[in-house]
Amino acid sequence: MSSSRPDAAGAAVLDAAAPLSPEAGIAARSRRPAVGPGAAPFLQAAPLALVLLLFLVLPLLVTAAVSLWDYTEFTLVPDVTLRNYREMFEGCLSGGACSTLRTYVSTFKLCALTLAVTLPLGFAVAFFLAFHVRSDSARTALFLLCTAPFLTSNVIRMISWIPLLGREGVVNRALLGSGAVDRPLDWLLYSEFAVVLAFVHLYTLFVVVPVFNSLMRIDRRLIEAARDAGATGRQTLVHVVLPLSKPGLAIGAIFVATLVMGDFVTVGVMGGQQIASVGKAIQTHAAYLQFPAAAAQSVVLLAVVLLMIAALTRLVDVRREL
Amino acid sequence: MTGAAASRWWLGAVFAAFVAFLYGPTLTILVLSFQGPEGGLTFPMNGLSLHWYARLFEGAGVVDIWSAFGRSLRLGLAVMVLTTVVALLGGYAFRRRFRGEAALFQLVVASLIVPSIAVSLGIALQFRILDDAVRALAEVGRLPAWLGAEDHTTAMGLFTSGLGAHLTWTLPFGILIMFAVFNRFPTEVEEAARDLGASPWGVFRHAVLPLVAPSLVGVALFGFTLSWDEIARSSQAMGEANTLPLELQGLTTTATTPEIYALGTLTTGVSAAVIAAAFAAHAAARRSRRRAHGGAP
Repeated sequence: MSSSRPDAAGAAVLDAAAPLSPEAGIAARSRRPAVGPGAAPFLQAAPLALVLLLFLVLPLLVTAAVSLWDYTEFTLVPDVTLRNYREMFEGCLSGGACSTLRTYVSTFKLCALTLAVTLPLGFAVAFFLAFHVRSDSARTALFLLCTAPFLTSNVIRMISWIPLLGREGVVNRALLGSGAVDRPLDWLLYSEFAVVLAFVHLYTLFVVVPVFNSLMRIDRRLIEAARDAGATGRQTLVHVVLPLSKPGLAIGAIFVATLVMGDFVTVGVMGGQQIASVGKAIQTHAAYLQFPAAAAQSVVLLAVVLLMIAALTRLVDVRREL
Repeated sequence: MTGAAASRWWLGAVFAAFVAFLYGPTLTILVLSFQGPEGGLTFPMNGLSLHWYARLFEGAGVVDIWSAFGRSLRLGLAVMVLTTVVALLGGYAFRRRFRGEAALFQLVVASLIVPSIAVSLGIALQFRILDDAVRALAEVGRLPAWLGAEDHTTAMGLFTSGLGAHLTWTLPFGILIMFAVFNRFPTEVEEAARDLGASPWGVFRHAVLPLVAPSLVGVALFGFTLSWDEIARSSQAMGEANTLPLELQGLTTTATTPEIYALGTLTTGVSAAVIAAAFAAHAAARRSRRRAHGGAP
């Protein structure tokens, strides 16, 4: 379990080696603190544990509880009722209009489109950094070049598209000027296309970093061996590099999928408040103070995201990679 | 061999296009923020001026943007300090075995991948229920008078619910960075210090801390910038006071002048300044460490 982390794995190796060499045995024993095993790490981990319990675990438990509450226009009514879940899926079973299902289909579509672009693009960028940039300092510099935008505001990165994609924007002017179209394209901004474009813009880095990490761990001799055995570049890629970078791709996919599934800011700004998403549904309920309904939506979203993560982790043992 | 060269060329082109894609739009609004007074939200440039920055500093077009600016700055600094301290302690704790370490690690990862809207909503609900409880208890006179709970409105705010919401986002990054740092950290240093009779605190203070100090700059950088730009987890959890990104999001639907680009450029400028300061501090920390250790790495 704890050997999931390399440092714990290192400690385990050291412990295993202890009987073999007296020095290692002494080192292993002296790694225990003088005040007695356990006390110090507990105290050091306490602030972290406290923050996560107070602001992650407890809020999620509260959400689960409130999703069973009733509510009126003005107040929340503690209760145990399935009203919120029933209303969520109203019409779904009777064959009527099921808005929740439609919202999920719309969100899944955005998610699939975003993954379809970010995974190959992130892989290509990571592959270039890992295999084609020879010097370490150049690699670090280029890597930082990709990372810096991550540290700036998402909203600003979204509004930056307005002068490019708007009706009067750079792209439409260029298209009109070149005669490729005879009137401005409307679907460039405030559309599904714009939302996916913004997701790709914001989240490709979340694929690049873990895939790069996986690629850097590949023993270069494996690739030489493949080449010596007569594999073409394409065969090496498909049979050696891709399988070994699967963990990175899976972690990247988990990041992108969870970010997109819960998103409401990007869908709101880039979709011109016209496109449905699960995150927006939650936000809308909260804005109308229908907190139990928002909580029920939130619980279902969490369940769906957890299922998606479970499916992705089945493809790969993510814990071994961290 | 020609295949490899072609792939290098190809992927180099993809990489260059990717970087252009990353930076292009931001550079566009940087340029457009210097529009002349008659200029609009798109090209062409209608003259070149600082008009929109002047408007921004007057606070004319945008309501109360400077108090949001101040709030985000103060919150960012608080998050930065707490993230650095808590992540350092947490990362150090994971160097040894302790009961519940696997569970705690899973919580850290969960904090990163649970949808932000769910975290934000949960914190909002938690504080709402807390407020109701405080009010109810005050009504029946169960709380001491010095708490001043009679006129309690809400415990929600920038430095309560808001701070907690941000920490759930910044701490996982901080902890993962500390993992990467401590993974490469030589155990021999601690062992040597202990063998020389250093107390556990002495080992931490004089052997561990100087070695990890440069990396702590990175944790601080992530702490501040992630908080400064945070929006999804802030959305429900800030109470009355909006942070700068929340105000900006509101402006996206109403803004009709390049003032929003000036504000965007300024916000990006703060992030860029913090990144630059972090690199300078990192270099300084490495230099002083090298001096202190007489040329050792």
